[in-house]
Amino acid sequence: MIRLDHVTKNYEGSGRHAVDNLDLVIETGTTVAMIGPSGCGKTTTMRMINRLETPTSGRVLVNGRDVAETDPQELRRHIGYVIQQVGLFPHMTIERNIATVPRLLGWDKARTNRRIDELLDLVGLDPAVMRRRFPHELSGGQRQRVGFARALAADPEIMLMDEPFGAIDPITRVRVQDEFRQILKKVRKTVVIVTHDLDEAIKMGDRIAIMRDGRLLQYDTPAALLARPADDFVASFLGLDRAIKRLNLITVEEIMDRGHVPGPVPSIAAEASLQHALARLLADDLPGLAVTGTDGSFVGYVSREAIFSAQR
Amino acid sequence: MILVEAFNWILANPGTFFSAFNRHVLMCVISLGIALVIAMPLGLVVARSPRAAFVAINVAGSLRSIPSLAILSAAMPFLGIGLLPSVVALVVLAVPPLLLNTVVGIREIDPSVLDAANGMGMARRDIRWQIEIPLAVPSILAGVRTSAIQVIGGAALASFIGGGGLGDFINAGIAIMNMPRLLVGAVPIALLAILTEVLFGWIERSVTTRR
Repeated sequence: MIRLDHVTKNYEGSGRHAVDNLDLVIETGTTVAMIGPSGCGKTTTMRMINRLETPTSGRVLVNGRDVAETDPQELRRHIGYVIQQVGLFPHMTIERNIATVPRLLGWDKARTNRRIDELLDLVGLDPAVMRRRFPHELSGGQRQRVGFARALAADPEIMLMDEPFGAIDPITRVRVQDEFRQILKKVRKTVVIVTHDLDEAIKMGDRIAIMRDGRLLQYDTPAALLARPADDFVASFLGLDRAIKRLNLITVEEIMDRGHVPGPVPSIAAEASLQHALARLLADDLPGLAVTGTDGSFVGYVSREAIFSAQR
Repeated sequence: MILVEAFNWILANPGTFFSAFNRHVLMCVISLGIALVIAMPLGLVVARSPRAAFVAINVAGSLRSIPSLAILSAAMPFLGIGLLPSVVALVVLAVPPLLLNTVVGIREIDPSVLDAANGMGMARRDIRWQIEIPLAVPSILAGVRTSAIQVIGGAALASFIGGGGLGDFINAGIAIMNMPRLLVGAVPIALLAILTEVLFGWIERSVTTRR
């Protein structure tokens, strides 16, 4: 668990708080997306967790321990760190890049080697091909996968990710987001991800922290945030289409009428989102859709009215 | 052909020629070595602070504009004649390009690389030896090449302040109006400079292609 306790950060001469009396608890095993306009303090907040920044006042606790009392290098070796520009070491092979933290921790060669293969497999890169390559020989998406593997190398409990998908082209980005989300779910990390992309925050975050001018405006699950923005700024930040975004978070299965199984009308899969279902209804001007299970059989029915009322 | 005459003179006086040649090379190697020991650590320290780097780059830049002959002549009133004042003057000549390239090499490292290194818990010393220095090596090598060529040329002038070396043949050639003797000094100096350029160019390329 990460706890920020009345944390304030001032930069000398700036005359304002970069982070202003922030209170935030991040539960173990959850992913928190920090979002807000640039200069809102989200990156500074993240960098205080691994002591790359020091709070002016207040405390940052990791598993109950004040990070100010830890050795910063020791602390950072146990917190994964991923940044937008990746920051791979250009003069080292991929395997040496990934082995950075194990090397610092004094792992033996065999253990490090096993781990490198394991991690490259995990992020979908072929160890036989990739190990001896240099960073400049990789595409942007591959580089960020290596950066992610490098951060995971010593199996840290916590991962800090600063705009990890920002430098990847939009088409690859969606795929890498999906992959990272799957991996993070599988390895059960406590994750702080800084982003300025609302869709990314909704997709990646179990909870979203919206910040502005160094203050935390709202800290909630994506669904709750979209349904009940705390103030006008949050509402305008989420945008007019927040209602539609919210439909993306609910599956057809959650609201379908199981008692009503119609004949062979146009159908949709049970795990599809309501946004997807609504798009189908609008495109083909239908009153409702039959719902199919994983085996293709009809399991229920979802109507236009059901989708609209789920929104409320 | 005066080139052939020059070559014949070398064949006839191998002892004289090679002692001057060795003296020349020795002077260059010592000066370059001392300059490296001064410029590299200084560059590494200075590169950390933008203000210090700015001062270093400008001081080094203006030092570079002083002609070699002026530096060598200026050494004589303070240090007399012989090898020592020559080496001191050549060090002054060699330091600026080395310092400049060390500072630039360090400062051109992608900041995200250093942020990542820091964020993963690498100690200051590890970052210096495993990241900063290896990444600055191509730039430092380019500085060594520039310095080496400066020093090889500059050492030809050491003869004026009694430093010896191949410049002695040039001076003698001019004094007695003996053109072949002049070439005995001039041609090997030119060849040394070209060889150094080619050699360091090759080393630089073989180090740089790996990234």
